[in-house]
Amino acid sequence: MKRINMSVLRVITLIMTLILIVSCVPAPSVAAITPPYIDTGIDPESWALIPAGSFPYGQHDHITEVNYDYEMMVTTVTNEQYARFLNEALTAGVIRVGEVEVETGEQVWAEIGAYGFYPGDPYDGYKHEEEIKPGDKLFFPTEVDGVRITFDGQTFRAIHEYSNHPATMVTWFGANAYCEYYDWRLPSEIEWEKAARGTEIVDGHGLPFPWGTHIERNNANYYSSFDLFVKMFGKLGNTTSVGFYNGKTYTLEEISYTTLASASPYGIYDMAGNVWQWTGDDYPKQHYRHMRGGSFYSYEVDLRVWKFNSAGPQHYSPQVGFRCAR
Amino acid sequence: MQFLKDRFDYLFRSTRGLTLVAIAVVSLITAIFGTLSGPMVEWGIRDVVVRLLNMELLPAAREGRIIMLYHTIAMTIVAIEVYFITELLPMKRYEQTIINGTITVGYLVSVIFGMAFAYWGRNFAFHGLFLLGQSLVFFAGILLAVALAPWKKEYCLPADSPYARTKSGLDLERVAFFVMAVSTLLSATFGAVSGSYWSNGHETFLAEDLIRNPFKTYLQKAIIGHLHIMLTLVAIAITLIVGRWLKFQDVLHRIAMPLMISGTVIITAGALSVVWIEAAHTIIYVGSVFVMLAALFFVIYSWGMLIREGTADIEKPTFGQKIRALLSDPIKFGPGWQMVFMNFTVSGVGIFMAVKLTEIFRVWPHREERIILTGHWHILASLIATIILFYFADLSGLKGKARKWFGWMVIIMSNLAFGSVTVFSMKRLFATEAEQQNIVNWTMLLTDIGLGLVLVVLAVFMFWRLFDLFKTKGWWSQEYKAEIKRNAEAEIEEQKRKLKELEETLKEVDK
Repeated sequence: MKRINMSVLRVITLIMTLILIVSCVPAPSVAAITPPYIDTGIDPESWALIPAGSFPYGQHDHITEVNYDYEMMVTTVTNEQYARFLNEALTAGVIRVGEVEVETGEQVWAEIGAYGFYPGDPYDGYKHEEEIKPGDKLFFPTEVDGVRITFDGQTFRAIHEYSNHPATMVTWFGANAYCEYYDWRLPSEIEWEKAARGTEIVDGHGLPFPWGTHIERNNANYYSSFDLFVKMFGKLGNTTSVGFYNGKTYTLEEISYTTLASASPYGIYDMAGNVWQWTGDDYPKQHYRHMRGGSFYSYEVDLRVWKFNSAGPQHYSPQVGFRCAR
Repeated sequence: MQFLKDRFDYLFRSTRGLTLVAIAVVSLITAIFGTLSGPMVEWGIRDVVVRLLNMELLPAAREGRIIMLYHTIAMTIVAIEVYFITELLPMKRYEQTIINGTITVGYLVSVIFGMAFAYWGRNFAFHGLFLLGQSLVFFAGILLAVALAPWKKEYCLPADSPYARTKSGLDLERVAFFVMAVSTLLSATFGAVSGSYWSNGHETFLAEDLIRNPFKTYLQKAIIGHLHIMLTLVAIAITLIVGRWLKFQDVLHRIAMPLMISGTVIITAGALSVVWIEAAHTIIYVGSVFVMLAALFFVIYSWGMLIREGTADIEKPTFGQKIRALLSDPIKFGPGWQMVFMNFTVSGVGIFMAVKLTEIFRVWPHREERIILTGHWHILASLIATIILFYFADLSGLKGKARKWFGWMVIIMSNLAFGSVTVFSMKRLFATEAEQQNIVNWTMLLTDIGLGLVLVVLAVFMFWRLFDLFKTKGWWSQEYKAEIKRNAEAEIEEQKRKLKELEETLKEVDK
């Protein structure tokens, strides 16, 4: 009996020791490695027209009318574009840089970064509803891990290698401020989804992905899609340059990677994967802002066009970006 | 032909055989459909399985497929629990036969046609047969409730019984089983009625996707109540079953059973009233306290019993000897331990979440909250499955080294996996998204190692049982003979009781 106990104990000890040893090996983190610059050939300054008309909305394809034409950015806002905005807005006095209070629910803390005024949201006093009061709100933190825009005390600069990657670590307030500064707006969820899937109906259903009915690994940047960045950063990967999945073949450190042309029916890129994208709606009694599209951290199921994530407008993350509509 | 008939009789006419078939069905479902998500997708196994089995996976139908999958697994687990109950609790032989027969046909029809509908082309004739299977399981539940009726004179306990009873002799453990069965039927009806609105005012959804939506329809609330209470009742049933198996009795039993009965009623009422009552959660908390206390008393009793039995030949056992006695049989130690472990990975997490919801969890993105919710109840379901395995391993007569290896591997590896999942789901408490990669990589690896090894152990066990079926005088044959003997003895007792009853009736008439 004693021998059995000892051998069981030995095996368990061995397994636990092995686990402990391998657990101590550092894995590359998103903040720690800089990838080389990759030019995708897609212009982040371009816009796509989405004509008025109905489309199948949501997982259950409710035919929904959008009775006006609108335009959507062809790519998500890049770090270079956001740095330019921060500099222009700083000069114009629309934003300031320094310590700002961030408030959510019962928690209040201070962060350092770019901030500006937001007029607040209507408050209903509903259970679990968090009040979004008027006041200065954090747009973009400058002193946390994962930022790709640096600030030297006077000027914001995008890290060159990341300059054409999506602007991440931007709060909803910061995304909203960007769009409003140029007289644009964040797209509503309906606008976003129509731009992502178009109007086509196949076998009674709208398209689940911007490019069609099924997803391949080289359609988009998502969890373990085995793209170039997964090879560099481990299975979680990292953001890719905007418009990366356009049918081109890229070669990086002797690794060749061929992407599939994965734009939406309106020629809009990265509507699935890469980064979640803030949308503009403020829903009563909750004020969570919805994000669409999934990210490089998402499994492919979250890349389906109707899936959403949500967070308070103060949230920022290496996997959240945005684009504007007009 | 006789070869096949003997095996068929064992597999479909004995409790152990029926349980073995059901565990094999769940194992097969897990083996096949488990390849469609998680690391199996990363490793490319999903694509191979889909091609090989010619599955049709519409992206828009994923939530529906998952719901069908949960239902088929739930039907099978419920069938296993019913097999255990019909064997453990005194009832008439014909009742046991008809209940087990009905539920077996029910869950098999449900599994075969449910999976065929969900994964191979959405043929609505298959959907109808899936519903037929579920209806049969429900009907078996009605028969079980009738058979469990605790007020029958023959099931009353004598005054000197060590088990919980009322002054009139009502067996309170049997009442607890009965209340659990009736509550399950009620809760299943609730789900069925809500489900009948499918495509007729109600759309498929996963509860975790709606968690932050302040506007839920009555149908959505009804389904959320249904899924929570059904899993809770499955957990209550297995707690009662292992209590019966390990002969839970004496003072703690007398305290635990009234708690279990009232807790079951209160939780069920609370979960179903979610549709209408704002304070439903408070009702659920009250019921949960009762049920969890009853489970705690079982754990105290079962561990005390293991210590007492393991140190019976020692006059004054030391602390170390007591601990050794407690850990000497992992199969009997396991159920109690998994219930304790549940507090760290399920109940504790749930309470922490409820208390800190606004302060912490609603500050995180919805996806993080969703991970906690799904992780939380997957762990609960899997812990229940491990407890079922402990009991079945004991029923299978697992002894010696095999018993220890099986027991400890299941305990340690499942705890490693579920502990890692819990750390993974709560990672935002101590790591930002930019810094999380190490934690994500290693918690997922440890989860895969833990779950993988539990599945390997289960596979070894199942293959042993499979190979045993090819032996003329294997374990199966001994089990079957032992069961026939037990049933015959019980039948003789029943006939004697019946004879006595009839004689008394005749005497009464002759007067």
